[in-house]
Amino acid sequence: MPEMVQAIIKEAELQKAYLNEVVETIYLGGGTPSLIMIDDLQLIIASLKSIFEVEDDAEITLEANPDDITEEKLIAWKSIGINRLSIGIQSFADEDLIWMNRAHNASHALFCLQLATKYFDNISIDLIYGTPTLSDDEWKKNITTALAFNIPHLSCYALTVEPKTALDKLIIQHKKENIDADKQAKHFEILMQYLDTANYEHYEISNFAKPDYRSKHNSSYWKGLPYLGLGPSAHSFNGTSRQWNIANNALYIKSIDRNIVPSETEILTPTQQLNEYIMIRLRTKEGIDFNNKRWMMTDDSIKKIILTLAKKWEAQNKILITEDFLRLTDKGKFFADGIAADLFQ
Amino acid sequence: MADRLLEHTKTIGARDMMNQVLDDMDLEREKGITIKSHAIQINYPYKGEEYILNLIDTPGHVDFSYEVSRALAACEGALLLVDASQGIQAQTISNLYLAIDNDLEIIPVINKIDMDGAMIPEVTDQIVELIGCKADDIILASGKSGIGIEDILQAIIERIPAPKGNEDAPLQALVFDSVFNSFRGIIVYYRIFNGIIRKGDKIQFIATGAEYEAQEVGVLKLTMTSKSEVKAGDVGYVITGIKTAKDIKVGDTITLASKPGKMIHGFEEVKPMVFAGIFPVNTDEFEELRDCMEKLQLNDASLTFELETSQALGFGFRCGFLGLLHMEIIQERLEREFNQTVITTVPNVSFIAYTSKGDRIDVNNPTEMPDPTKLDRIEEPFIKAQIITLPEYIGNIMTLCLGKRGILINQSYLTPTRVELVFEMPLTEIVFDFYDKLKSSTRGYASFDYAPIGYREADIVKMDILLNGDKVDALSALIHRSRAQDFGRRLCEKLKELLPKQQFQIAIQAAIGAKVIARETISAMRKDVTAKCYGGDISRKRKLLEKQKEGKKRMRQIGNVEVPQEAFLAVLKLD
Repeated sequence: MPEMVQAIIKEAELQKAYLNEVVETIYLGGGTPSLIMIDDLQLIIASLKSIFEVEDDAEITLEANPDDITEEKLIAWKSIGINRLSIGIQSFADEDLIWMNRAHNASHALFCLQLATKYFDNISIDLIYGTPTLSDDEWKKNITTALAFNIPHLSCYALTVEPKTALDKLIIQHKKENIDADKQAKHFEILMQYLDTANYEHYEISNFAKPDYRSKHNSSYWKGLPYLGLGPSAHSFNGTSRQWNIANNALYIKSIDRNIVPSETEILTPTQQLNEYIMIRLRTKEGIDFNNKRWMMTDDSIKKIILTLAKKWEAQNKILITEDFLRLTDKGKFFADGIAADLFQ
Repeated sequence: MADRLLEHTKTIGARDMMNQVLDDMDLEREKGITIKSHAIQINYPYKGEEYILNLIDTPGHVDFSYEVSRALAACEGALLLVDASQGIQAQTISNLYLAIDNDLEIIPVINKIDMDGAMIPEVTDQIVELIGCKADDIILASGKSGIGIEDILQAIIERIPAPKGNEDAPLQALVFDSVFNSFRGIIVYYRIFNGIIRKGDKIQFIATGAEYEAQEVGVLKLTMTSKSEVKAGDVGYVITGIKTAKDIKVGDTITLASKPGKMIHGFEEVKPMVFAGIFPVNTDEFEELRDCMEKLQLNDASLTFELETSQALGFGFRCGFLGLLHMEIIQERLEREFNQTVITTVPNVSFIAYTSKGDRIDVNNPTEMPDPTKLDRIEEPFIKAQIITLPEYIGNIMTLCLGKRGILINQSYLTPTRVELVFEMPLTEIVFDFYDKLKSSTRGYASFDYAPIGYREADIVKMDILLNGDKVDALSALIHRSRAQDFGRRLCEKLKELLPKQQFQIAIQAAIGAKVIARETISAMRKDVTAKCYGGDISRKRKLLEKQKEGKKRMRQIGNVEVPQEAFLAVLKLD
């Protein structure tokens, strides 16, 4: 068994006390868990089930790269209890995949979806828009292709250039074309139109689902529920503090070996907790809930502050305010960050 | 080099030794330059006798030439240090002339002779040519390895005459620097030419007329060493509890109130050359900034300031600086020593406007410029610029200086490989980007020095920047008409980079009066939303947005446009 798998299982034991509640979802992601040998995957799932109290019908998602997907693996994944796949398709256009430096090509993307839908019903795919190589028409085609496979969950992200990444450097050196925010806005608009027509729920800024196919796992992030992350770089949250493990694989393994979880902790002040609530909830379909007793205080004082700060955005038709909630309008979804920052306490 | 002299003479023990030991500001050590003069007394035994040498280490930069001239006036001799790999620099020549004007004995030294690229024969030729000494008179030295240190000390004793001066004559002490100590007030450094200063004496500063009691006098070792008296020929300090900077002027003469002596020749008020506004980033920090400016002025009497108000930036100060380096130093000292974050506005030189009625107005600020209809003419300060370079860069320098409205006055070869170019140029042209351009067009092989030569008539206009039609007073500039269009265009482009997109379109315009000379447009923001927000993203994202909210608080509102503080620095960032 690889050292990393061993370490992750051991970390689960060390962190047993972190979670007091019944585990409703397990997400095997962050990197390429589709590369892990099936026996190791099985061991991880079995160990989690023995260490924690896991619901019988827990949502267990595996993140998979298209080029790792084979019929044999799909059968095996299903047999060890994985019931949801999240596949990093990104695009169905070759030029676009090359620009994004992805290992798979368009025909393999189609092929693996054909296979995956044969064994799994609960599938999510990632699509990326707003790259220089993706025209408006190709973007529409990407969406309709996903719809043709009847994929019930879509995560669609505008390409983001993170500072100091390889892509960022290439753009600065003019070796790659920079991203065009106007084009991204256009693609987002197309996306909302198409998926609304196809009856998908736009339940979070970047996530769309057919009825009953929301990601339970990701939804718990957006509800502020506690979660435990295992492995290098994994984040955990218990309602008031957040901790994250070191990123270095070797150091992580070494430390776990000495029974120490190598993590940093950040204790959130009540204001920070409230700001996170505002930021996250604003991105969801349900929006900020004025009846939530945890956040709104009994005297509505927080609500009053938020309403004052929100006025200018309401005037621009970017948010919708009722007695019970504050939600982004479709127009407002383009400006979720600026609006959230404005509503921060 | 100063470090080595102190070390060699055991003025400083190994324990206290560090690089640039006299430069006690962090900023000086970091930039490798001397900003303030420093004095120190050295004891040195030579041929059975004990000698007392007073060393004054001075700044070299042109901004501080008045301070250098006063330090030179306080001495009998000067070490002319020439870098073996750089050769003679423009400021070497101007400082040399200052030394010659003060009748100093000059000891030429070629320093850093053990560096790669040292050109000893060539630099020797340059020095011989320049000061007319014999090649044998030049000492070869290295501060790094200590070569030649002993020779320098011996030359100082052999060649430089001991100070003359009469202890019985009325006190005449030349002030060459002052520093502020928060416990003891202003400490004044001087050189006594005649007379004696004693603890408890009632002293007078001749130029300012201020009278104080000498609470403590003494000499400057590595730290201040108190004495009962300091005599003619010595360099020393006096503490009087002075707390008002304007009473102390470098170049003034100290005498005794009871038995006054005459002013030592050549006192003049240093005039600021460059003016700019300094504003607190947060408007409510104005009082704090005022406090810091006052403290800083105690330490640097050449800094002048008065209250300024700006629609865009609120309350601040219009400051006068000796030059651009001085401005940069003040800004950095405010940030480092006083923890102030400030916005510095477009620097300008001091213009003189003559109205049609015949009034003369000093214009240190674009807002002071009279209406063009009431204007007869404007005059701008000119300088004599001296540039020393390698012959292959003459062409580039000519292009640069002529493009800056320079007039070539002289070109002469100091040696076959060193040429000196002299231009007359408007001072305003070197305020913005001259140094950087000079460096890049000569690959760093040019040194530059200047001296003011009076005022000349010029077609100067006030250029305003407008955002969606609203004037941003803090970005107005006084500029020669021929440069306005290019400058306006570049400034608009820079602002386009620095202003964040907003919910509506922003028009950036540069205008002279009602005439728009440049324009850029920032389109409305179409999208402001992060793609992913999962467990591992939340913390980072919240921090980013909190920072953004904080940044917004610091933005200034110009009409409906929110302007970040960086935008006010746009002019200084032009390429």
